Amino acid sequence: MANKKRTNIYMIGVGGQGIGLLSEVLIRAADYAELNVRGVDTHGLAQRGGTVQSQLRIGEGIYSPLIQKNSADIVIALERTEALRGIQNYLKEKGTVIYYNTSWQTLDVRLENSEEVSVNDINRAAKKLDAEIIKVYKEDLKETRMQNVVLLGEIVQNNILPEIKRQHYINALQDLMTGDKLDKNIALFKSLVK
Amino acid sequence: MKSLGEILLRKDETSEIVIGNTALVRAMIEAGTRVVTSYPGSPMPETAEAIRSISKEQRPFYFEFSTNEKVATEIAFGASVNGHLSTVFFKSVGLNVAADSFVQLALMKLKGGMVVVIGDDPGANSSQNEQDNRHYAHLSYIPVFEPSNPQEVYEYYKEAAKLSQEKEMPVILRLSTHVCHAKQKVNFSSYKQQEFDSKPRFSSENENYVPITSKVFPMKRRALKRIKDFKSYSNKSDLNKIIDNGNKDKGIITMGVPYLSLRDVMEDMDNKPDILKLGIIYPLPEDVIMEFLKEHKEVKILEELDNVLEKDIKALAFEENIETEIIGKKDIDDWINEYTPDKVQDVMSKTWPSLFKKINSKNHEKNVENRPAQLCPGCGHRSAFYAIKKALSEEDITVADIGCHTLGFLPPYEMGEVLLSMGHSTSTGTGLSLFNDSRKVVSFLGDSTMFHAGLPGIVNAIFNDHNLTLVIMENGTTAMTGHQNHPGTGSNFNEEVQPIPIKEMLKGFGVKNVYEIDTYAQTKLKEVMEKAVEEDGFSVVIATHPCMLKFTREARSKGAYKDNKVEIDQEVCHQIHECVKEFGCPSFSITEEGKVFVNKDLCIGDGSCIQTCPVDAIGLEQSNGGNK
Ligand SMILES: Cc1ncc(C[n+]2csc(CCOP(=O)(O)OP(=O)(O)O)c2C)c(N)n1
Ligand code: SF4
Ligand code: SF4
Repeated sequence: MANKKRTNIYMIGVGGQGIGLLSEVLIRAADYAELNVRGVDTHGLAQRGGTVQSQLRIGEGIYSPLIQKNSADIVIALERTEALRGIQNYLKEKGTVIYYNTSWQTLDVRLENSEEVSVNDINRAAKKLDAEIIKVYKEDLKETRMQNVVLLGEIVQNNILPEIKRQHYINALQDLMTGDKLDKNIALFKSLVK
Repeated sequence: MKSLGEILLRKDETSEIVIGNTALVRAMIEAGTRVVTSYPGSPMPETAEAIRSISKEQRPFYFEFSTNEKVATEIAFGASVNGHLSTVFFKSVGLNVAADSFVQLALMKLKGGMVVVIGDDPGANSSQNEQDNRHYAHLSYIPVFEPSNPQEVYEYYKEAAKLSQEKEMPVILRLSTHVCHAKQKVNFSSYKQQEFDSKPRFSSENENYVPITSKVFPMKRRALKRIKDFKSYSNKSDLNKIIDNGNKDKGIITMGVPYLSLRDVMEDMDNKPDILKLGIIYPLPEDVIMEFLKEHKEVKILEELDNVLEKDIKALAFEENIETEIIGKKDIDDWINEYTPDKVQDVMSKTWPSLFKKINSKNHEKNVENRPAQLCPGCGHRSAFYAIKKALSEEDITVADIGCHTLGFLPPYEMGEVLLSMGHSTSTGTGLSLFNDSRKVVSFLGDSTMFHAGLPGIVNAIFNDHNLTLVIMENGTTAMTGHQNHPGTGSNFNEEVQPIPIKEMLKGFGVKNVYEIDTYAQTKLKEVMEKAVEEDGFSVVIATHPCMLKFTREARSKGAYKDNKVEIDQEVCHQIHECVKEFGCPSFSITEEGKVFVNKDLCIGDGSCIQTCPVDAIGLEQSNGGNK
């Protein structure tokens, strides 16, 4: 039986980094592209600082929003430790990992019980899977809260989800915000996606 | 920007990407629900956020957050016997609090209908257990509908409401975490707003509502009869459906989230077993199940958590002399954790190894340690734990309660060593204080939790003159579940009200020693604690500071946020690491050489850390140099 085309996207970050907006834009953009979608985010605790994840599945023949281990086509991570966690747990062979190159230290690192995850650790884990690695960092970004939109821009610029076009993302952003916030996010997105 | 409130009220057919909790609100509106109550708790609070997106004036029903789940249930009950369709929703363990009234519901004639929406939490994503509330259905003779995705949440609620109204009996809609939070495009029907009046229809003239002694029996008889009759509806309902893969050999009976996982796991498989997906899980559609059993040689019961279906179906097969092999749970692991696709793959590979592949686990070079949630930067609870730890000795006993402050049990504070349920801390602490002359007992309790279930324990400590210290962690909100108001805050869901002042309330109760102190005043808090634990009898310290996540969010949205940060004067810093390792604000990062710096993305500049540095190396950014 021929496998139907399905894309699994696994997003991971730390509470407070804006993963919710990123996943909401992606699911809406996919919907504007008339794709069948299922998604789910971690909800639950108010406090910041824990691992948060969001899962998005696109295509036909999908039921649960939950992705199986080692079967994400794309892992999107908002910082390094979570990128490594995402790769090890979810990325499939020959998949793609795209991450923002920053670090939110874990408690164990701060208590000097363990070492911070480095770019090398990520490279090693991804190479083992023969995966493509896209490392993102924007030097002149003023608001760190917009790192999620920088990642979004790079996803589009690198054509990681070919069926979803630039305008679909803009429509999605327009669904989700207004005024100054919308202007800033659209401006940043447009500056990244040519 | 799309307005959720507008979408939820739209009269025309429409479709939208929403989570299950939001789809539920649209269903409430279409069904003509008039009274909705709740107490916050994951996985349900986003339902209230969706309700909030509709202005109070436009909201077609009354909504409140009540003080606890029992109160919320009673209000919905009262509204229903008055003729209004009502709904109460809360999290899994909320049903334990509501239970005393909940178990009576089926005895009553619920004129307006009443739907009880329960958010179970397989996987204990944000709960203190994984309790399977299907057991309560058997206990209370109440039918249960279980959807598997947001579209079904919407459809099943409407069906449940309709039946509840028709049959004047309660109905449970059982959700679980990843049904509440799943997102997909949901198709909503068009609807016409019903005409409501404000006529109270309650009448005890021809109907008994007082179950006392022998009056209980006819009420119980009716409840049993109603649940028996419900089976014929269940047998006919198209909420139970068969996925016919033409397999005469193997079949699987399942429901809810495990059903979705199973479909995913089977998607690319040859020789797919047939599936019977149950939408009504109590009382069971016995004819449909019998038919399915008879058509297959082997049938697997695939259910999350406990073996509720398995026992019922095996009993049914026994009575009917069915020869089909019925395969239930294999081992203890099958009882634990959510039935994600991975879990279902694992469970099924133990059942039919030739059909379902085993999952191979991988070894990783570098172990990535877990990152549990932590108290936010600037959280007042942190200052409290930091100061109180210094006031106590190693062997003293600290009792945790439920809320953000539960996280005090993590390093570096390790405050709060035992936890049962919401509001338990004063009474558990009381028990720990008996036959105990050497180790002081300190219980922690959040302010929302105090009003929810904490008061009886407090009153008992006064009444029976017990010897312990209670610390009320007052942050002016129900923080953990998303910052809902409570009776001490001065607002309810709908409007401003007179707040109940905690200190005066306790004084009114007759607590002699009540102290109130801002947690950022760490030295004073330590002194107060030292004094309080030395006192004989019951003493209370109200450790107060507003929830800083809520505070900064509100300041940001008002444009009043002062973007302050602290920084470390590297010349003054002796790398004592008190700030990183003892106080433990997550804004402090440490380099491999042991240098400490401040993560500016995280720091909110409240300055509560400044006083912790023994050499004054921390200061606000603009006034560098250990300025206090
Ligand atoms: C019976 C029950 N209902 C609801 C919950 C969900 N819940 C967890 S913590 C909490 C309240 C926390 O508020 P508060 O006591 O003020 O502490 P804070 O989080 O603000 O520190 C609630 C409602 C629960 N665990 N148990
Ligand atoms: S949400 Fe509020 S109370 Fe909870 S940890 Fe954050 S600041 Fe503290
Ligand atoms: S001021 Fe200090 S305590 Fe407050 S967030 Fe910044 S580092 Fe943490």
